[in-house]
Amino acid sequence: MSRKYYLLRNREVPDIDQLAVYEAHDGYQALRQALSQGNPQDIVDVVKNSGLRGRGGAGFPTGVKWGFLPKDGRRRYLVVNSDEAEPGTFKDRELIEHNPHQLIEGMIIASYAIGAHEAYIYCRGEFLTGYEQLTRAVDEAYARGYLGENILDSGFELDIRVYRGAGAYICGEESALLESLEGRRGNPRLKPPFPAIAGLYGMPTIVNNVETIVNVPPLITFGAQWYRSMGTDKSPGLKVMSVSGRVKRPGNYEIPLATPLRTLIEDYAGGMLAGRTVKAVIPGGSSVPLLTAAQLDTPIDYEAMMAAGTMLGSGGCIVLDDSVCMVSAAHRLVKFYREESCGKCTPCREGTYWMTDVLGRIDAGDGEERDLEVLLDIADNMAGKCFCPLGDASLGFMVSAVTHFRAEFERHVHEHRCPMGAKLYDTINH
Amino acid sequence: MKAEWTTWAKEARERFPQANSALMPLLHRIQQAEAWLDEETLADVADLLELPVQYVQSVASFYSLFYQERVGRRVIHVCVGLSCALAGADALMHELEEKLGISAGQTTRDGAYSLREAECLAACDLAPVAQVNLRFHGRVSPGDGDRLLSEKVST
Repeated sequence: MSRKYYLLRNREVPDIDQLAVYEAHDGYQALRQALSQGNPQDIVDVVKNSGLRGRGGAGFPTGVKWGFLPKDGRRRYLVVNSDEAEPGTFKDRELIEHNPHQLIEGMIIASYAIGAHEAYIYCRGEFLTGYEQLTRAVDEAYARGYLGENILDSGFELDIRVYRGAGAYICGEESALLESLEGRRGNPRLKPPFPAIAGLYGMPTIVNNVETIVNVPPLITFGAQWYRSMGTDKSPGLKVMSVSGRVKRPGNYEIPLATPLRTLIEDYAGGMLAGRTVKAVIPGGSSVPLLTAAQLDTPIDYEAMMAAGTMLGSGGCIVLDDSVCMVSAAHRLVKFYREESCGKCTPCREGTYWMTDVLGRIDAGDGEERDLEVLLDIADNMAGKCFCPLGDASLGFMVSAVTHFRAEFERHVHEHRCPMGAKLYDTINH
Repeated sequence: MKAEWTTWAKEARERFPQANSALMPLLHRIQQAEAWLDEETLADVADLLELPVQYVQSVASFYSLFYQERVGRRVIHVCVGLSCALAGADALMHELEEKLGISAGQTTRDGAYSLREAECLAACDLAPVAQVNLRFHGRVSPGDGDRLLSEKVST
């Protein structure tokens, strides 16, 4: 199946990570166009009019965010969030490892638009190859005059620095990211003030996801109307979906928004593994509630996902088949949040700990009759009461799994084993 | 303290002059050379950047990739995220534990390998995924333990 890709364009081109090859495929042409037009506000308007929304998970309109920067003459920063660690999501890794110049070009245009002369890429610590790719590509861009002083004789000046995280999911939360970038523990900050008012080093800062910024060059080339020709009025444009789990062809797929979830799974990802059927789908990364097999016709856009009881989130789509034990899946996901909770606030630190504990004993066949109510009670005591979104994020799958598959949880308790016959994993004690 | 650390600290501060932004880049660079960060090293880093040693310890201990105990020459991270678990990551971890005679989180007596759990490594298309010294190795199915253990590593 041949599809025209924009964000994942040139993914089949060997050495597209090399500057010369990128240039030979029209690389940095959008930057030339943006700089030659000479009006940063025009670029902000294109992004605003396109309806592009933040692709890190929150889905906030990017142009509106850019518009929040106060016009008070203070220095401002662009920070690109490449701390991709939401289970099920792997789009930014491909974008930075495979085509780093595309991100850098987008960053230069975005910095020009918002008037930033310093920009940072916060790269996940585990992405060593991605970090090296970005560092090398930034060096190439300097050598070629795309970065530094007087870029392409426009008078515009920009420095980009690549900063490496060191293993902490919470640093994907923008205020924790800024703390980490300032050389501190990655504890989230109280908001407001939002980063646009007081961000990096206390200055106005725009934090955007990698994929969001990668949208900027094609927006310059093709315009806001082109972007709005795809998707819906409120969810226009393109989205990279990471599909994994029990499908034939796991991978990143670029879709026009409002494509049905079924099309993504059956056409793009090749359908389910032989003999398997869909049991549930996590459509937007581990932090969102599941959709059942009956909801596969839900269009992949922010509003339709919301109406179906879940969220588009980061676009990390994990497909669970009929052999998957929902208790094990919930246990696994909640344990992730326990591991990654920064410990700053009590509901998240304690809640993720206790939920993991209770799910673990249900999973092991040692659950008690009241455990389901205990789980839901903990969830109720966390929802809306955590300092940052991580605590709430730990609830989405678990609560929806109990809601839609309650009988499966109850059978674990009553039969003292997994009715699916799922094998439990024990660490060997050496 | 190694002589070159002073130069590295200076370079980190030139590159990231504000707040304490030089700290993590310097810790990364020293760890890359020394394999892990012992207490003395953290005290040296504190000196070099004129920070309280407790502060440096506090930051280093927050991040899972700053190793504060001796690690093996090859640090193996097995992704235990949901997508990898669906593809057999637990069985792979089990196999590696048996082959190496250690539990997840430990280092072999000869200092050759450390085995660790990794939370989702953002490579679910290649599940099950592992990293050897932070380099990705995809589709490492149960039974592929030997292949993973013998992967070439750059030093």
